[in-house]
Amino acid sequence: MNSAITAKNLSHSFGEDLVLRNVSFQVPKRDFFIIIGPNGSGKTTLMKIISGLLKPRNGELKILNRPIDQYHRKALARTIAFVPQMTFADFPFTVTEIVLMGRSPYLGMLGLEEENDLEIANQAIAFTGLENLAHRKLDQLSGGEQQRVFIARAICQEPDIILLDEPTASLDLAYQVRIMDLMEKLKTEKGITVVMVSHDVNLAAMYADHLLLLHNGQVMCQGLPDEVITYQNLEAAYGCTLLVDESPLGKSPRVTLVPRKYSIRE
Amino acid sequence: MNIKSPFLVKRVITASSLLILLLGFAIVLGISMGSTDSGIKDVFQSLLGTKEPESMLYTIIWQIRFPRVLLAALVGAALSLGGLVFQALLRNPLAEPYILGISGGSAIGAIIGILMGFSRFPGVSLTAFTGSIATLLLILAMSSGQTILKKDALLLSGVMVNAFCGAVIMFLVSMTQDSRLHNILFWLMGDLSMVDMKHVGILAATLLPCFFLVFWLSNPMNLLLMGKETAQTLGVNIKAVTFTLLVTTSFMVSATVSYCGLVGFVGLVIPHLLRLVFGPDHRVLVPACVFGGGTYMVFCDLLARTLPEQGEMPAGVITAIIGAPLFIYLLKRSSR
Repeated sequence: MNSAITAKNLSHSFGEDLVLRNVSFQVPKRDFFIIIGPNGSGKTTLMKIISGLLKPRNGELKILNRPIDQYHRKALARTIAFVPQMTFADFPFTVTEIVLMGRSPYLGMLGLEEENDLEIANQAIAFTGLENLAHRKLDQLSGGEQQRVFIARAICQEPDIILLDEPTASLDLAYQVRIMDLMEKLKTEKGITVVMVSHDVNLAAMYADHLLLLHNGQVMCQGLPDEVITYQNLEAAYGCTLLVDESPLGKSPRVTLVPRKYSIRE
Repeated sequence: MNIKSPFLVKRVITASSLLILLLGFAIVLGISMGSTDSGIKDVFQSLLGTKEPESMLYTIIWQIRFPRVLLAALVGAALSLGGLVFQALLRNPLAEPYILGISGGSAIGAIIGILMGFSRFPGVSLTAFTGSIATLLLILAMSSGQTILKKDALLLSGVMVNAFCGAVIMFLVSMTQDSRLHNILFWLMGDLSMVDMKHVGILAATLLPCFFLVFWLSNPMNLLLMGKETAQTLGVNIKAVTFTLLVTTSFMVSATVSYCGLVGFVGLVIPHLLRLVFGPDHRVLVPACVFGGGTYMVFCDLLARTLPEQGEMPAGVITAIIGAPLFIYLLKRSSR
């Protein structure tokens, strides 16, 4: 079977708090897979489990058809790259230096990069359109530019799968589209499987091949965007009035928030 | 090492050789200057062995100044490296063994060791190590919940740990009617004068493996600066690396404290200066800190020996006079 990620009955709890309950799903290879859901639905926990940061209490997780705990640390880092939410940096690394860090799982004992590592980093920098910023320091860049640097580092890891935790949060409109376009390009041109947690249901509907809707730590619904993004599903998950119609661009569903003053149902 | 133009190796070697030259210069200067004024020519003759070995100068140079200069170099290297490691692990550019109170903790341990009549090695070193580990655990316990990553919290807890350690030290000193009281107080402020070649050798033998260990972990330290999660997903064994670095650093710090007391701020000044020159990459900074810290300490000790008209002052006085204002400046700048 050609799946990048297979999860069966994943459960996780923090103390007494059950944050994930029997979550099962499958991400095909070369898929753009987006996990949506309200705050506290377990999205980030699920992401941490897939990236290997957390061990699930129960259930089974396979990466490229191999159980995740059979991977050695570095082998896993060569398979999955994780782009966390904004990281702060008080130390003045340059863009190139940060992207080069993506080579770490490939380095030998002393952890010294060589020329071909630099080449791969430069390619990743070019792919993300950061050439002009390569020698700038991270703290001199805007939020959107920083996010691209971390994506470039993930590309530099040469992984099969890239995980992103809300990469468009706190970015302006232009950058939201740019980042999502970049992820799509990553999928089509490099054949990388992209798995993302997103707050933005509209962006998710437009870009995702498959969606997973989490609610209270359980899978409420999964499948193609127009199967998941329905008025019934979203209202049940988010608990607010929404309007779902078709995007004027065609194909994908569009979600409109309905303020109380426009509320159609009482 | 791969010969395929390892660009990073070049950077490491360039930085290191520059600082080794500087260290060599400092050592020669440190050996040739002192309270016994003698011409540079005589010193060189002694160094090269062309002067008869029985001369006064020969004894001063080889039995007093040389071990002292080497001790200064070792202490400077260990303390700079200690600062560098703590800054990386706590992701806080203001962290430093002295500021965190770890030096103070090992000083308590060391004083207990001295009062119990242990020898410098291994007795006092071991009690100092115990003291530093205890302080470290205290700091880590306070930092669980990660509030210590915020600068003010780190600073405050450091000030408090230091105040507490200072009080305990004074308590211990006051409780003893010991003739060595003056010695203890002098040692406490960072005194480099009481060593011979044998002790320097022992210290070098304990510190050098630590330097290599830290260098081996320098790339994981880079990754840790990017956050624990990022480091882990890049293949770093966070727990093992953090544990090894913390224990190694505490060990280095307590070894230096048991030989020459509290020398503060070296771990702040040197890593900061070197970061300005060579950038934040630890693979360059670790060797740079070893040589640069050594150089700095030799110069500080030289000042401490030559500034007073009579006698000398503890080297810790000089490092604090230079370091504390810099700390305030950095704090002011970083809180902007």
